[in-house]
This record gives sequence, structure tokens and C-alpha cells, in this order.
Amino acid sequence: MSLSDKELQEIAYLARINIDKKNFPDLKAELDQILSLFNKLNLADTDNVEAMSHPLNLSQPTRKDEVTETNEREKMQGNAPLVQSGLFLVPKVIEGDN
Amino acid sequence: MNLDELTLKEQLNGLKDSSFSSVELTEVYLKRINQLDASINSYITVTEDSALEQAKESDKRYKRNEPLLLDGIPIAHKDIFCTEDVLTTCGSKMLSNFKAPYSSTVVSKFKNDGIVMLGKTNMDEFAMGSSNETSYFGPVKNPWNLEYVPGGSSGGSAACVSARLASAATATDTGGSIRQPAALCGLTGIKPTYGRVSRYGMIAFASSLDQGGVLTRTAEDAALMMNTMSGHDHRDSTSLNVEVPDYSKAIEEDISGLRIGLPKEFFEQDMPDYIRNATEDAIKVYKDLGAEFQEISFPNIGLSLPVYYVLAPAECSANLSRYDGVRYGYRCENPKNLEDLYMRTRDEGFGPEVKRRILIGTYALSAGYYDAYYLKAQKCRRLVANDFTEAFKSVDVILSPTTPGTSFKTGEKTSDPIEMYLQDIFTIPANLAGLPGISFPCGQNNNLPIGLQLVGNSLQEGKLLMAAHKFQQVTDWHKEMPNL
Amino acid sequence: MNKINNQWETVIGLEIHVQLSTNSKLFSGASTNFGALPNTQACNVDLAMPGVLPVLNEEVLKMAVKLGIALNARINSPTSFARKNYFYPDSPKGYQISQMDSPIVEGGHLDIELEDGSIKRIGVTRAHLEEDAGKSLHEDFEGQSGIDLNRAGTPLIEIVSEPEISSASEAVAYLKSIHSIIRYLNISDGNMAEGSMRCDANVSVRKRGEGELGTRTETKNVNSFRFVEKAINYEVNRQINVLESGGRITQETRLYDSQANTTRPMRSKEFANDYRYFPEPDLLPVILEKGFIDSIKKEMPELPEEKKNRFTQDYKLSEYDSGLLSADKDLADFFEEAVKISNSSKLTANWIMGEFLAELNKDNLPISDSKVSAKQLGTLISRIEDSTISGKIAKDVFEKMWESSKGPDQIIAEQGLEQVTDDKEIESMIDEVIKNNPEQLQQYQSGKDRLFGFFVGQVMKASQGKANPKQVNDILKSKLEK
Repeated sequence: MSLSDKELQEIAYLARINIDKKNFPDLKAELDQILSLFNKLNLADTDNVEAMSHPLNLSQPTRKDEVTETNEREKMQGNAPLVQSGLFLVPKVIEGDN
Repeated sequence: MNLDELTLKEQLNGLKDSSFSSVELTEVYLKRINQLDASINSYITVTEDSALEQAKESDKRYKRNEPLLLDGIPIAHKDIFCTEDVLTTCGSKMLSNFKAPYSSTVVSKFKNDGIVMLGKTNMDEFAMGSSNETSYFGPVKNPWNLEYVPGGSSGGSAACVSARLASAATATDTGGSIRQPAALCGLTGIKPTYGRVSRYGMIAFASSLDQGGVLTRTAEDAALMMNTMSGHDHRDSTSLNVEVPDYSKAIEEDISGLRIGLPKEFFEQDMPDYIRNATEDAIKVYKDLGAEFQEISFPNIGLSLPVYYVLAPAECSANLSRYDGVRYGYRCENPKNLEDLYMRTRDEGFGPEVKRRILIGTYALSAGYYDAYYLKAQKCRRLVANDFTEAFKSVDVILSPTTPGTSFKTGEKTSDPIEMYLQDIFTIPANLAGLPGISFPCGQNNNLPIGLQLVGNSLQEGKLLMAAHKFQQVTDWHKEMPNL
Repeated sequence: MNKINNQWETVIGLEIHVQLSTNSKLFSGASTNFGALPNTQACNVDLAMPGVLPVLNEEVLKMAVKLGIALNARINSPTSFARKNYFYPDSPKGYQISQMDSPIVEGGHLDIELEDGSIKRIGVTRAHLEEDAGKSLHEDFEGQSGIDLNRAGTPLIEIVSEPEISSASEAVAYLKSIHSIIRYLNISDGNMAEGSMRCDANVSVRKRGEGELGTRTETKNVNSFRFVEKAINYEVNRQINVLESGGRITQETRLYDSQANTTRPMRSKEFANDYRYFPEPDLLPVILEKGFIDSIKKEMPELPEEKKNRFTQDYKLSEYDSGLLSADKDLADFFEEAVKISNSSKLTANWIMGEFLAELNKDNLPISDSKVSAKQLGTLISRIEDSTISGKIAKDVFEKMWESSKGPDQIIAEQGLEQVTDDKEIESMIDEVIKNNPEQLQQYQSGKDRLFGFFVGQVMKASQGKANPKQVNDILKSKLEK
């Protein structure tokens, strides 16, 4: 299996990472190498095998519906690249709300 | 003997009987850091002033005869653990200016037990790597030979303890990132059972594989550190709500009759003779100690590497989506629009290995590939875990070399990602199954340490520490120190 | 022009997002209160700081189970969470924790009443838990948008219907039914204007008789029942027009513009909708024990449908009246409390649907802020029943009660409004009126029957409206007969 330019472009967009076109060939080669590892998986017989999402065979604990966190806005925004009036600023978002 | 040459246990005793103070001990380390770390680069941040403050407070407590569990012991934290108001970079440009607004549970626990924090150690960027060559802050050198790598991703923690620039260090292990550097640097490194140590505040790489652990010079020291580090945390849903035994007591238990499994397929792997020989020597030591050996089989072990390289990148591709230049961290200059903000921030903020893994992970999860890759890998993971379950029906621990070789030169494996990934071939299976693993020195080749690995069943850290401790009581490999 | 005719068939599925009214967020302990200053209710977990982890709020499980029971659905155990990956500034982690393979509620149904009174069953495919996103503010910042993450992490439950709704009005009936249920269960205030209930409509059309479904579009940004109806109607017409002129429908998301009453497509790259769902590794599967579910079943309040039937049966009200009174839980409770005192269900129902709701709407108040309590209204109605006052006078009393917050008895006493019911008194008033109006008397006696009303009016005037109308009628009749 080999990545096409189009596929690489799409994955890069999904991951929101800009890749210079000139780096495509090298990157594709590196990724193809790693992807070739995946072929080994096809050799395994996994019929009737349950997927393992967690090493723990336990159930989710819960917490009480209580407010435990206080307002620490100043501290939490201490590392923000761009803040105004308590809001994080980003270049204007054009689309309607999700 | 110099204070830095003492083990953590010896230092603790020395502080308790007032042979020296914490301030003295801390100053010794700070001086050594100043002298030596420029050539090793094990620290990203040294917190000199606050360290001395903490040492002073510790000495006060000793004077009052109210010492905390690890009072006054100077340790370092891997820069993956959030430390409130202190730079927490994860070895990345993305967080190179990030002062954490809260502390991880691990850091809080050690603080509560009175340690002195010397600083934050260097690491492979976002814990992805096996040589500490991907750090934004420059590669870390192996104290045994400065042209060689210390291993990764906890290379900084390993180098710093090995070069005696801290008494011990915290670290994390997702595919071998504690055990492999331990092997390459001649240290004892333990990755506990998944869920034993809280992941709250431990910057996530691969959530179902990451575990916090320690790097020390002896198993006895590791037991002390594990006593503090382990325990349930309600802020981490994957944290085990199980009592923590006293590991310092556990290491004194009887070893005779310990059933040790030798995984056939591990030993069929390509590895140099010096590794085989060192492993054979170690087996002899254990036989003399009264352990019993059995050959076991791991028919699915060949799946480990592919499973890991599907699952870890997949989980990391989502875990690293939060780094977008909006709420903290690096942001590209003059973003033209939102897309540009994301695309350039992430291209400029992440290094090449991280980007490779995010792309692989994104691919493995994408429409059309999910079943063939991600889902398939999760099923194969079950097969690997089942091999362990089967093995532990007849043995107590599983023995193998930690790595397929000793350390290698900086730059030697960076051009071939797969070659680098093979470093973790013996360590990855334990992460997939969520089981505890320990590495400790069992030999040397060309003045470079060789590590032995033991993997135990769930929550058997005590047994692993005990086996390592007994080994260290009759051998001297762990006492060897690099000439620094 | 409405194109919905016998040629075309409409297929609608609704996705309703309901904000659950918990104190704290789904996965963190930050407050969910509405209206706080930006980012003052966004803790490190909500901000997706490096190293944070989600911990599940137990209350949302109870709320989701209640909803599942009310929707006649199956409660899945284990139920687990998944990551839905997409980049947007109001989604700080770059993924939303939602549910994919085993949603907490699955396979239910809702019976709705159609315009002709018949009942239609709409299937509910699933209802799953997920976290809400933050908000983007676009004004006030030149070329920038401001992100407020207070709302990020608020618990939502998304209710997905089967595509079994056939018209805009059915869609509204379904939506109203869900609205009623969630308020009854007290799991959400269901306020569409404020966004605690949001509706997306999946709409497609096909030629009547055709088996295959047409291409569907998803319409978002409809924030009232009225707009849901209008938006769906617009979209259906638009699709029919496109198809009739030989075009094809593009599968896309569209935004409703309430000003222009149109929908327009949202711009987004096609493959960008690959959410790459995978099981959430930071959360374990949730086990819901049978005991837990059973205890919730026991605590279930009476649902709108049950209440409506009970009103019809026990209070002998019409279907219409029962339906209206039971649609809102607060209104239903108000009614029942009032009836306890008044003992007259029909009269009380009329008063509530009439005068009471009129005053509330005039002042734009919710029932909880009513100026007249249920007990007070009940008492007022009793005074009509026991003839202390007439129905007409009662209306005045009610107005005064609303203004002054005084009780009916107090006002009646203060204003001397008691009905005159003494026959002798009425007789003497009537005699007086007859005496003073000889011309009209003569005209009446010579055949002008409608002058009876005149005399009644005069007697009422003389008594300041307090004379008991029935008695006036009877006595006047006998007097005029002479």
C-alpha cells in the first residue's frame, strides 16, 4: 500500500498540518515504510476476537453533580497567545455555529 | 563517598540521622548540574531557587523531628508532568513557553512527601522517540559516552540520574520509554501496571498505553519512589482503586521458587552475542538465587510492533489536536485566517517525528481504513494480551533482554524510523497488555550498560522490585557509574 | 407556493440536542450556570489544558435513563464514549467526547397527535450523551472572533428520530412532545431561544410510491417551533423545485435564515466531515445496574400522555382541554392545585385557559411568577360556585387580585362585592325599577319581549351588578307576568 499525493494532502488537512509540496516525496516514503508494518496485521486470525480498547477490565467511576471548580480565568489565560475582554481571539470564523 | 554517589535510601538515612542536611545535598546536585549538564543536556529547566527553598523547609522539618516520607531528597521530574507555575514543555516548541496553571497528581504527591524538585528533564518531543534526539531543546547525551544516546523518550531523566545530577527521576513509558533508557544508562527503571499511577497532569501521548514510573540507581530506591507515586486518583477515570502495598517491604520477600518464564520468540529475535551472554549470566544468577525457569511461548508477539504503531499514533493524533495556538502554546505569526492558524501553528510547532505519527494515526482512523487498521490492531492487541494471560498461568515473571543492543551513536538511527522503532521490540508488549515491567543493569559491553527486563502480572510491581533487588544484592552492575 | 401535493412525499428525521440541567459539566466540576462572564466557568479540563482528563457526572446518567424510559427505549449497558474528531475553535480538545457504538438509549418511540386527531408513532433511533461546545462571538473584534468556553463541556443529550416524519407540522408536533417530556422529567428547561434545546432537520423528498429515499440535506439554526415549520417547508419546496426542473439535490448542511425565510448551504470541504470516531481511551465503559435503572423507573413522574388521559378520565375534561392543560407540567400542577379547592374542574379549566393564561401572557410571566396562586384562584372559583359572587364580578375580582396580590375573600369584603341573594331585597329592587320605568313596562306588556333584557340590566345597575342573575330572572319574570 502506498500513499497517493491526494491521500497525503487529505490526511494533512484532516490533521491541520501544513506540508510543503516539496516535502511530499520524502514524507510519503517515510510514511509508506511505517504503513508497511501494518501488513503484518492482516496475517492474524481475529475472527471472534474482541477488540481491546482498555487494558483494564473495569467500569467507569462517576462523580457527584457538584460545582468543584472556581473561577481561575486569569491563571488559566496566563499562557494565551491572544486574549481580549476575557475571550480567546482567533482569526474571524465565518461559518455559522456548529 | 560523595553525597551524590549515595543511593536515595542512603541519602534518606543520612538526612534522618543528620549526617548532612537537605540544603547540602541539594547544593551538591546543583553544583554538579552547573558543571556537567551543559555537555549532557538532561535538564530543560533547573529550578535552583525554589529547590533551595524546599530544601530549607525540609531541614526545618527534620529539626522538628517531623519529616515527611521522602523529605529533602532532590529529584527531577520528566518535563511531561505539569508543574504549577513552572515551565512544562514536553520537549516541544509547541509548549516551549508553557507555564502549567496546575500540577499533576504525581508532582503533588512527591511534593506532599517532601522531595526537593531540582528541575524538569529533557525528553523526546511529546514522548515520541527512543533516543531523546527529537527534543526541541536538543539531544541528550549518554553519560557513559557523550557521543551516544541515553535512550528515550525519558532520556533526560535517565541521563540525569545516571550522571548523578539528581537522586532519582520520574518518567513515563508508553512503549518502553522508561525501561529502554534505563537499560542504555545502567539504571533501574520501572513501568507499573496501567492505572497504578495517576495520569492526571501527565501530558498525554497514547492514553491507553501511557504510564508514569521512575528511574533510580537501585530497586530499593525505586520501591521508595513507587510508594509515593502510586495510588488511586479520582481525577483519572482509568486510575485503579486498589490499595498500594508497601513496596519497601515487598522487596524483602523470599525469592526461592520464583517461576521465571523465558519467551521463546523473544530469544529468536536478532540480537548481538553480548546481549545473549549477559542474559545467560543473569539467568545463572537467578538460578543460584533459587528461581525456577520455564520456556513459554508468545505466538502473537510478532504483532506487537505493528499493533503499537497503529494504536499509539491513532490515540496521539487525537490527543495532540488541542495544540492549535488558541488557548496556550506556540502560535504562528500573522495567521491569515483560521485554517492558516491551525496549519502553520502545527507545522511549525511540532517536530518531524511527531508530525509523522499524527499523520499515520489520522490515516489509521480515517474512513475506509478504520476497520482494517485501528479495529484490527485492537483485536490483535487482545491476542498479545491473551498470550500474557496464558503465560502467567504457569510463571510469575517473564525474563528477557530489555533492548536488542546497547546504546548507539547520536544520529545513527535517525534516518530510518523503523530501525528506531525496533528499539522497543521487547518493551512494547507489556504496554499493550497494561502489565508492569522493570529493567535493571545486568552487564556491560564496551563500557555501555546492558539491561535485563522482567515483566509481571497485573499489580505485581512488588514481585518485580523484589526480584530486581535480590539480583542487586548479589551483583554489582547497578553500582557501576559513568566517569563524571 | 406550496409544492407539497399528491406527487411528492416528504421524509424528515429530526436530531434534537437537549442541554441537561445539571449543576456541573459532563466531565468536569465547573458550573453550568447561564450568563457568566466569558471563560469564568471554564476550568483546566474544559480548556483542554495538556494533561487533563474527563470524569463522568453521575446525574447525567440518571437523566438519560429517565429520558430513555419516557421514550419507551432500551437502556444499553455497558454504554461507552467515543471521540469525534474535528477542528473548530469552540471545541478545545480538537475532538468532542460523544457516543458512537453503544449509546445509552436506543430503539424507542414517541406517539404524536396529528392535526386530524389521529395518533402516529415516530421511532426514536437513539439518544446519546455528548459535550457541548463553546461559543464564538463575531462582533466587537476587528477581523477576529472571540471564543468563550463557558459552555464547553455542558452535558447534551442528542435525540435522533427515525426518518418517519412526513410533514413540517408533524415535525413540530414531535418537537413539542419532546419539549414537554424533557420539562416534565425536569432534565432540561428546553428553551429553544436560549439554546437549551436545538433542532436540526434532515429533509428529503421523493415521488410518491418510490421506495428509495431521496438525497437529504441537513438544516441547522432553527431556534423556535415556528421556524422549524417554516424552514422545513421552505426546504421541501426548494428540493421539489430543483428536482422538477431536472436538477439533483446536493447532500449538504444548510443554515436557516429566519429573516429571509430561506436556507443556504454552509461552506465546508466534503472529506472534512470524516470524524474518525474511535473509543474514548480516557473513559471506561459505563455499567448501568438493573437496580439503578429500576430505582429510576420508580421515581419517574407522570408523563404528559398519562396526565392527559387522567385529566380526561378523572376530571371529565374534553380531550382538547386535557391536552392543553397537560402540555406544560407547571400548568397542569397549577390546575390540580386550584381544583382541590374549587372542586369544579370544568370551571377551573376554563378560567385557567382563559383569564389566567391571558394575564400571564400580557405580563409575559412564567407560571412560577404568577401574581395569583393556584389556591387563590381555586378560592375565587369556589365563590362563584357558592354564589357569593357572579361570574362577571369574579372577572373584576381576579383583575384586582392580579394587581394587588390580595386574596379573593379580602377583595370581595373590601369592595362589598358579595352577591345579593336575598329574594326580598331583589324583589324590592325589581319593584323599584318597574315603578321607575312605566313606559317600558307598558311596551313589554304589549309584546316587546326583548325589553326583558332592559329590565334585567336596570336591576343589575341598581344593584351594582351584585344581584344574583338567576334570581333576578325568575323574580322579574313572575313580576312582569302580572
